[in-house]
Amino acid sequence: MSSLTWWLEVGLRIVVVFLVFMVVPLVVGQMEHKAMAHMQGRLGPMEAGGFHGWAQLIADGVKFAQKEAVVPTAADKRVFQLAPAVALIPYLLALIVIPIGPGTQVGVDLDLGLFFALAVMGVAVLGPLMAGWGSANKYSLLGGLRSAAQLMAYELPMLLSAVSVAMAAGTLSLTGILAAWHWYWIPWQLIGGFVFFTAGLAELQRPPFDMPVADSEIIFGAYTEYTGLRFALFLLAEFAGIVLLCLLTSVLFLGGWHGPFAEQHLGWLWTGLKTFVLAFMVIWLRVSYPRLRADQLQRFAWTVLIPLSLAQLALTGVVRVL
Amino acid sequence: MTDKKKTVPGTGLVQGLATTFKNMVTPAHTRQYPDVAPELAPRTRGVIALIEENCTSCMLCARECPDWCIYIDSHKETIPAPNPGGRERSRNVLDRFAIDFSLCMYCGICIEVCPFDALEWSPEFEYAEYDLRELLHEKDRLGAWVESVPPPVALDDAAEEPKEIALAQKSAAKKQAALDAEQQGSAE
Repeated sequence: MSSLTWWLEVGLRIVVVFLVFMVVPLVVGQMEHKAMAHMQGRLGPMEAGGFHGWAQLIADGVKFAQKEAVVPTAADKRVFQLAPAVALIPYLLALIVIPIGPGTQVGVDLDLGLFFALAVMGVAVLGPLMAGWGSANKYSLLGGLRSAAQLMAYELPMLLSAVSVAMAAGTLSLTGILAAWHWYWIPWQLIGGFVFFTAGLAELQRPPFDMPVADSEIIFGAYTEYTGLRFALFLLAEFAGIVLLCLLTSVLFLGGWHGPFAEQHLGWLWTGLKTFVLAFMVIWLRVSYPRLRADQLQRFAWTVLIPLSLAQLALTGVVRVL
Repeated sequence: MTDKKKTVPGTGLVQGLATTFKNMVTPAHTRQYPDVAPELAPRTRGVIALIEENCTSCMLCARECPDWCIYIDSHKETIPAPNPGGRERSRNVLDRFAIDFSLCMYCGICIEVCPFDALEWSPEFEYAEYDLRELLHEKDRLGAWVESVPPPVALDDAAEEPKEIALAQKSAAKKQAALDAEQQGSAE
């Protein structure tokens, strides 16, 4: 392969991944606006862009860009300013290794794909911690501490359930996992899928696990002091996180591009469909359930999710040996 | 303790999801007001309309108004006697009739108290202004709202005939009789 075509291919892959990263979270955000509104008997945005408010998030982005970027005097300036980037960029990096369709439809086919994705997603959770510490605000600090406690508790079941899939496939490569996938993996890894998705929700601090940003108690947790574009980046990071979680869940537990028909040609469509169904689940859960209290949150992680993920590991091991 | 029914664990969680999903697929309650006109109740109290021809400047409405928000100016005019040699009659002429809707509390007492049905409720409600002082509306504006006044509710089937009809018929019959007598006189 000549170096020119190689560079072209690398450039194209980067552009595609970046476009997906910029567009899909906005689509999910718009879906949240509309689905949540209708679940609450409202219509949601109806004006921006003309047709059912399709341009609402673009208008929001323009608005955020116009706002003053305030940095509190007492804040740890460097940490405060870097936090949104730390929250957002890991999701972009993780997106590179996730296969969208069969064959070469993946940014980079990494042998350590699963390990890499989970590791950089672990970095993303440093964002709220940095924001909470750097803001010099007691509510931010409380939010940051709550984030820390929650992330400590939920990182473990998430990793354990992902390990179960890697064990079943015998590889850490995401494309390898999908190549080894069979339909019966869905019932086989069902518990793991539940644990992974639930723990992922908690990692993203999405309701009902949104105690770190509980608005009635600590304003907006670690994000309290943020304004303008930095605040918008945190919001974008939240939606990018949802997309990433749903993509990973669909790749690991629902077979990614595998589907009842036309997997080779329309594989990416299956991945997209599964991702959006899961993203809808995320929104649906947010509307339906009240926020968990701190003790309920910890008890759920340590007495329900971790034993369940260990049971899944045992089950996977037993089936593999048989 | 109240006896709790034994249910399968997680039933409540599923019910919660079902409720929100049902809500999502049923139409929303939102009214798209500026784009879609609201459906108003049949006798909506939107604004007070003035039928100027009926007003005799008797001042009853202005005096009964709890907010004193009705302003009436009038003068007397004399009209020549209907029959030669008779007495000249005087009549009130309305110069100004204004309602200050920044004070009005929409109690409807003026409309109830008007003996000549010169004031009526109109369902029109879109007359907001940017300045309180611009809510003082003169008789031309009040008169323009008469168009939107709905017709009065129909009488019950067994209701007595309004006395105005009998009165009008009586005077019509009287005039007809006078006309007939005149014609007979000229014929002879």
